[in-house]
Amino acid sequence: MPYISLDEHLPGITGLLEYRQDTAKPIRELTQILLRGDSTLTQGERELIATLVSSKNQCKFCTAAHTAAADLLLGESETCELVKQDYENAPISAKMKALLAIAALVQQNGKNVTFEAITRAKEAGATDMEIHDTVLIAALFCLYNKYVDGLATFTPSNPEFYEKLGERIVNLGYNRPKYGFDEIKKQNESLIQSIS
Amino acid sequence: MITHEKWFNTLFHVLSRETQPSLKTHNLKMAHIQLPEGVAGIRSLVMFRPDTGKPLYERENSPLSQAERELIAAYVSFRNSCVFCSMSHAAAARFLYKDEKQTVDLALKDYQSAPIPDKLKALLSIAGKVQTDARTVSAEDVQFAKSFDATDRDIHDTVLIAAAFCMFNRYVDGLATLTPTDPSAYEQMGERMGTLGYVLPNKQ
Repeated sequence: MPYISLDEHLPGITGLLEYRQDTAKPIRELTQILLRGDSTLTQGERELIATLVSSKNQCKFCTAAHTAAADLLLGESETCELVKQDYENAPISAKMKALLAIAALVQQNGKNVTFEAITRAKEAGATDMEIHDTVLIAALFCLYNKYVDGLATFTPSNPEFYEKLGERIVNLGYNRPKYGFDEIKKQNESLIQSIS
Repeated sequence: MITHEKWFNTLFHVLSRETQPSLKTHNLKMAHIQLPEGVAGIRSLVMFRPDTGKPLYERENSPLSQAERELIAAYVSFRNSCVFCSMSHAAAARFLYKDEKQTVDLALKDYQSAPIPDKLKALLSIAGKVQTDARTVSAEDVQFAKSFDATDRDIHDTVLIAAAFCMFNRYVDGLATLTPTDPSAYEQMGERMGTLGYVLPNKQ
């Protein structure tokens, strides 16, 4: 049970973002710019950064949701799984490995990012903007993970829920849906009921 | 009584000592990416990428006072050893606590014995757990805060402020932004935050 009173049909971050739409707006905007805006990193690569950080923070809700989004964007589920297990040996570019290494250091503490880690990324062809975005995405997901777990939001256990959520994140992005959450609540109600 | 200058120096010393050795060789002189020269901390990042900076600079209303919120921000930043954020938000909190500005330094040193309300102590303990590992915030911690009349909104805002500063601290330190070593620089920042709030820097 969440520590504060949230809509029971909006698990994880969604209920929190609806609870306070004023604070949600800039968080949503920032996420939309970073994960869906123009970038030399693909959307799939950016979702991999979000997933790795969430997985290192052991946030089940965010890890499952962003794994689903990354899988959809990459068109397969093997890469994301391997990135979570051991990104240094995952089938990704040398640049992505270096950027994920920076994200993993940011997850621990920003101070842990070394000159060497930055040099490695730059030598693998990473631009200043890509390094900036990697650090900010990693930092932003520390916010999300702590927000979601610090208030003990509901984490559904059925994979179908995250498949639907992943589709929504990929197709609609991170802005608040124009028509609100009524439809989604109904969908979630049946999804959540199907497991209980 | 501790003077602010003395406490600042102690805090700065402790924080700098806790950081990796590369702080001395790289961080204080050179950021990890090409940021505007001479601009410190978060402002240099917001100038580097203004579109992501805009949502980062928004501040909303809260049932907690501005002074209390700045204290939570400073406390979390202190725990993350982020010199820039802890110094600047401690300065903002001092400015907002006005005649009782020593409260801020006492709370940062040991909030349990500081002259602050029990509710704020309970909220700071939740913020501390969010900083370490948010999964450790327990139902008892929340119940304890509620026993001092903390509302859902107080608890929500505490967790979100703590989580947000875990983001800001990582952003500022992860890119090794410029960290001023002169206490008066932070005093000015604190006053600006306390009066103008979070104003986006002008374009260069």
